[in-house]
Amino acid sequence: MSELRKKDSALSAGKLGGTLAAIGCALLQGMPNQVQAGELEKWDFDAAVLLYAESDSRVQAVEPVISATRNFDSETKLNLKLALDTLTGASPNGAFTSDQPQTFTRPSGEGQYSAAAGELPLDDSFRDTRIATSAQWSAPLGRDWAYSVGGHFSTEHDYLSMGGNASVSRYLNQKNTTLTLAGGLSLDTISPEGGIPAGISPMAVWGSSNFDNDFAASRVGGDDDKTVTDLLLGVTKVINRSTIMQFNYSLNLSDGYLTDPYKLVSVFDQAGGGLQGYRYEARPDSRTKQALFWQTRHQLAGGDVVDLSYRYQFDDWGMNSHTLEMKYRWGLGQHYLEPQVRWYTQSAVDFYQPYATSQQLSVGSKELTADYRLGNFDAWTLGLRYGYQLTAKQEIYTRLSLYQQTSSNFSSAVTPASGSDLPKTTAVMMILGYKF
Amino acid sequence: MNKKRLAQVSLGLLILLFLAGCSNWGVKPWERDLLAQPKMQLINEPVEAGLDDHIYFSKEGSSGGRSFGGGGCGCN
Repeated sequence: MSELRKKDSALSAGKLGGTLAAIGCALLQGMPNQVQAGELEKWDFDAAVLLYAESDSRVQAVEPVISATRNFDSETKLNLKLALDTLTGASPNGAFTSDQPQTFTRPSGEGQYSAAAGELPLDDSFRDTRIATSAQWSAPLGRDWAYSVGGHFSTEHDYLSMGGNASVSRYLNQKNTTLTLAGGLSLDTISPEGGIPAGISPMAVWGSSNFDNDFAASRVGGDDDKTVTDLLLGVTKVINRSTIMQFNYSLNLSDGYLTDPYKLVSVFDQAGGGLQGYRYEARPDSRTKQALFWQTRHQLAGGDVVDLSYRYQFDDWGMNSHTLEMKYRWGLGQHYLEPQVRWYTQSAVDFYQPYATSQQLSVGSKELTADYRLGNFDAWTLGLRYGYQLTAKQEIYTRLSLYQQTSSNFSSAVTPASGSDLPKTTAVMMILGYKF
Repeated sequence: MNKKRLAQVSLGLLILLFLAGCSNWGVKPWERDLLAQPKMQLINEPVEAGLDDHIYFSKEGSSGGRSFGGGGCGCN
């Protein structure tokens, strides 16, 4: 089944990519040479590749992306985007570090992998290729209105996502104020390796005499889905000749299967005690996130540009987060340098624990995760972008950034943990790009 | 719950502040030279912004805000 799905999704993605290329070719074909040249001038391309590498041979990714924009007039445009995402490496599986060596059954139920004593458990069977495409059409509606509609489709061997979005904007006060209302809907299907695990069910032990039965008992089906609805209200305001500001309120509703099927939770008899086994994590089947976002962009007298933004997000899982970002574009004739800094902090969701105790489980926990991405941590990104404007239309650019996540101590009477025992993520990212 | 309420109230106040400021802020149509430059667009590097959204969506518990960022993947 899983093999079949792989082929199916690869085929449909291939078809879609082909269709996009065919549309591009069809637009050019049958036109005289001068018209072809004229047509190409109306397109803007931005082709880039992202190289992403986490330390300790964790996730490595290579992501080429091409964005093509056809400008019909200053306000009417069509954007087509195609991205390919290749991932390899190992990913933390949620289990807690132990002073004993640990072994885990692979999600597929075929084989096992292990972690040495004192080592953070990583699932090394992580490998995926994702193809993502999107199209967006934006145009004015009379003098005071504008609209935009778009769609996306993305597929990888265990995940499929498709959706659409639409927005309408109203200009006020000589276009010094823009009000925007936007909505989006995404329908996603997840078909994990080995099927959907039953939430909180024990991980079957590979090699045990009862493995086949235990593994079957820990599964509830082959795939599941989720629906994501987005709503955004925005106000954009021109402050003066060199300053523009934006303020957004957004609502994001997810419904359906929101659990990570590959993540486990370690079970100990008590904090610092003996390891009893592993359970599959389980999350609620709905989540409502709300965000307030503010951004200001200002041009200094010499032409340099400062960009400052802040986001506050909160949700009904109990997570709050703050994101502060600053960019400074320093113009040097045809060249520019842009230092970037980003700081992020989040609190843990209510059902996050670095591990569980057998007593907690005997009471019957329904929701539990040890995924560090839902725990409390801080993250910093430091980056530097460099660009060289070759001609009015052509630019080559590169960006190097360093991302570091540090988990905070988890204070709890039942399952305390020191931040140093929790995953720490360090990643180097590099983007190389060419606009033409 | 209190935090939610606080956020809602501050949102309301900020929007009012924006609208109240309308009469003093802004430019005439012929003063848009700087704002029209590509480097002055709110999302001036959409490809870079898209890659960032995708990375942070995969590594953090929050997403979106600026637009409908990230998503569409079973990222782990």
